[in-house]
Amino acid sequence: MTLLDSKSLATALSGPTRRLPFDAGYLLLAIALLLYPMVASPFFTFQIGGYTLILGTIALSLMVLAGYGGMVSLSQMTVAGIAGYSIAIFGTNASGVMGLGWPWWVAVPFAILIGATASALIGMLAVRTAGIYMIMITLAIGTAFFYFVRQNYAFFNGFNGFHGVNAPTVFGIYWRDPVPFYYLSLAIATFFFVAVSYMARSTFGLSLQAIRDNPRRMRAIGFDVAAHRVFAFFLSGVIAATAGVLLVWFNGQITAGTVDVNAAIDVLVVAVVGGLRKPIGPYLGALLFALLQNFAIDLIDPERFNTVIGGVFLLIIFFSPDGLLGLWERIRTTTMSKSLRPALRRKPSK
Amino acid sequence: MGLAVKKHPVAIVIYVVLAALVVWLFLALWPQWLIAAIGPKKVFVNTIFNGVTLAGLYFLVASGFTLVFGLMRNVNLAHGSLYLFGAYIGYEVANWTGSWLLGVAGGFIASALIGVLLQIFVFRRMEGDDLRQTLVTIGISIVGADLMLAVFSGNTYQFTVPALFDGAIATPIITAVKSDGASVVMMYPLYRLIVLLAAVIIGIALWLLLNRTRIGMMIRAGVDDRAMLSASGVNVQMIFAIVFAIGAGLAGFAGVVGGTALSIAPGEDVRYLLASLVVVIVGGMGSITGAAIGALLIGLAEQIGLAYFPTYGVVLTFVIMVVVLAFRPQGIMGRAA
Repeated sequence: MTLLDSKSLATALSGPTRRLPFDAGYLLLAIALLLYPMVASPFFTFQIGGYTLILGTIALSLMVLAGYGGMVSLSQMTVAGIAGYSIAIFGTNASGVMGLGWPWWVAVPFAILIGATASALIGMLAVRTAGIYMIMITLAIGTAFFYFVRQNYAFFNGFNGFHGVNAPTVFGIYWRDPVPFYYLSLAIATFFFVAVSYMARSTFGLSLQAIRDNPRRMRAIGFDVAAHRVFAFFLSGVIAATAGVLLVWFNGQITAGTVDVNAAIDVLVVAVVGGLRKPIGPYLGALLFALLQNFAIDLIDPERFNTVIGGVFLLIIFFSPDGLLGLWERIRTTTMSKSLRPALRRKPSK
Repeated sequence: MGLAVKKHPVAIVIYVVLAALVVWLFLALWPQWLIAAIGPKKVFVNTIFNGVTLAGLYFLVASGFTLVFGLMRNVNLAHGSLYLFGAYIGYEVANWTGSWLLGVAGGFIASALIGVLLQIFVFRRMEGDDLRQTLVTIGISIVGADLMLAVFSGNTYQFTVPALFDGAIATPIITAVKSDGASVVMMYPLYRLIVLLAAVIIGIALWLLLNRTRIGMMIRAGVDDRAMLSASGVNVQMIFAIVFAIGAGLAGFAGVVGGTALSIAPGEDVRYLLASLVVVIVGGMGSITGAAIGALLIGLAEQIGLAYFPTYGVVLTFVIMVVVLAFRPQGIMGRAA
């Protein structure tokens, strides 16, 4: 009797054993996301849905580094920007600078490769240090890139950047129309979400997490710590760069402002507010960010958006270090323990 | 001296030649081939002067940053906001009282107060949690920048330089000789030299404070072993608050001094945060001497870049950072973590 009780209690506490992150909740979420454009207006599909997925994917690239690797990088937006600039430079743009006119199926993989390589190079520099030093170095790199593109007119068209960078028309569909763009972003976001979830359980992902927890021990048992970290930067670079290509298509342009310090910090805000422990966190943060960005105007003075988002960020850090995810888990544990309370109370009387 | 010459004869000769070359570059009249190669002497001397005086300003900002980090391991990414805040308050005070010096004092005190509040309400609550501290200061700098934009608007403010420091003075450097034989002496703004002087004085004062006073002794002891210092009866939190006040106050001081040399506008906070970051990364976190070396390197690199290859000036700064990181990840004067 006690055996049965404690067993059922254990099941109730830990939930059903999950081997993959695809339980009923995720299935429902997937269906909801697929059906979303049918109920939502084009504005909600594109400006909220599409933007959340892009921003979430960029933040996901930070989550891979920070959550699994323990390396907080502020240069994720820079990587996305490098890929975005590559698209404008190698593809076509309406600014009359560069624009080599490569077809999209050459330019896109090339841009992603450039972005990921840049990320690996940033990683090579950054992994020489750790913790707060790494934040400062990646921030310095990101800011240097911003000032560089803003001043360089020969390659990056300076302050004005590139406009008229259009998404391609494939299979007769113009991929920047709200619904196709939403599904494109959803497909890419889902792909990276699943890939990151898989990566976390792969040998590499486990080694990376072990390195995060104790680099000295991992070095002692023969792991190349620096190489793992640089490879993590490369993988996260692939994610950020792909999202960067989407971001250029979403905006139809890329300027120095896309990669400025505020943008770099926004990525960190999104990832931290969402939660860095699971891949779903960045998307939660991105949703909140996109909603605030679009609707804070109705609540308060539109000029004070940064105060609102900064305030939310501060509240989350002060009260829930694990972000919205941590908040959600805390609520779930309290409600769960409440529903368990009668059962616990009954136990001694039996 | 004799021993050093015997030990490193080649190095000494190289240094002497280099020093002679620098002196010659400044004092001699440039021959035609040199002017043809790198442009007129006036531009060169001006660039070096601008670089060194800018380095003075960078040192003022970065020394506070590195001081706070050295003792408390707190990375205060709101340091740029403290710079801008001090500058705005200093401007208001100077405007109101009509005294620039009171403005400087106001900037220092205002930022120092904010610094103490930060230490008490933020850093003390999250001691030892570097990442959270860093994130909180990022959040504070976002909100701070936005609120300052709300209060002080996006306009550019310009201090009036006090009459005592205004104008240009003649330097003993002859840049060219006119056809009638009269020599052209380089003029340089007095105020920028005052900034450099202030930086040197602050630097020496900080060094004396850390190395020659009782409180400096406590600070150094705190850097090495915080728990032991606390156990020997020193109020560590008090020391932390004082150091934070000095560090933040220096940012506000630099805000007024730098705002007078250049100008104050939104976005300057990020610029000086970045400058402090690069300076301390290059110079070594927590070292005042390192901050001086880093400021000199970055200030010179920035101005030389601006004068000789404008588009790629930022890259020069960046290359210095990369090279230093590649060979000494802890910075030139930094201690290995």
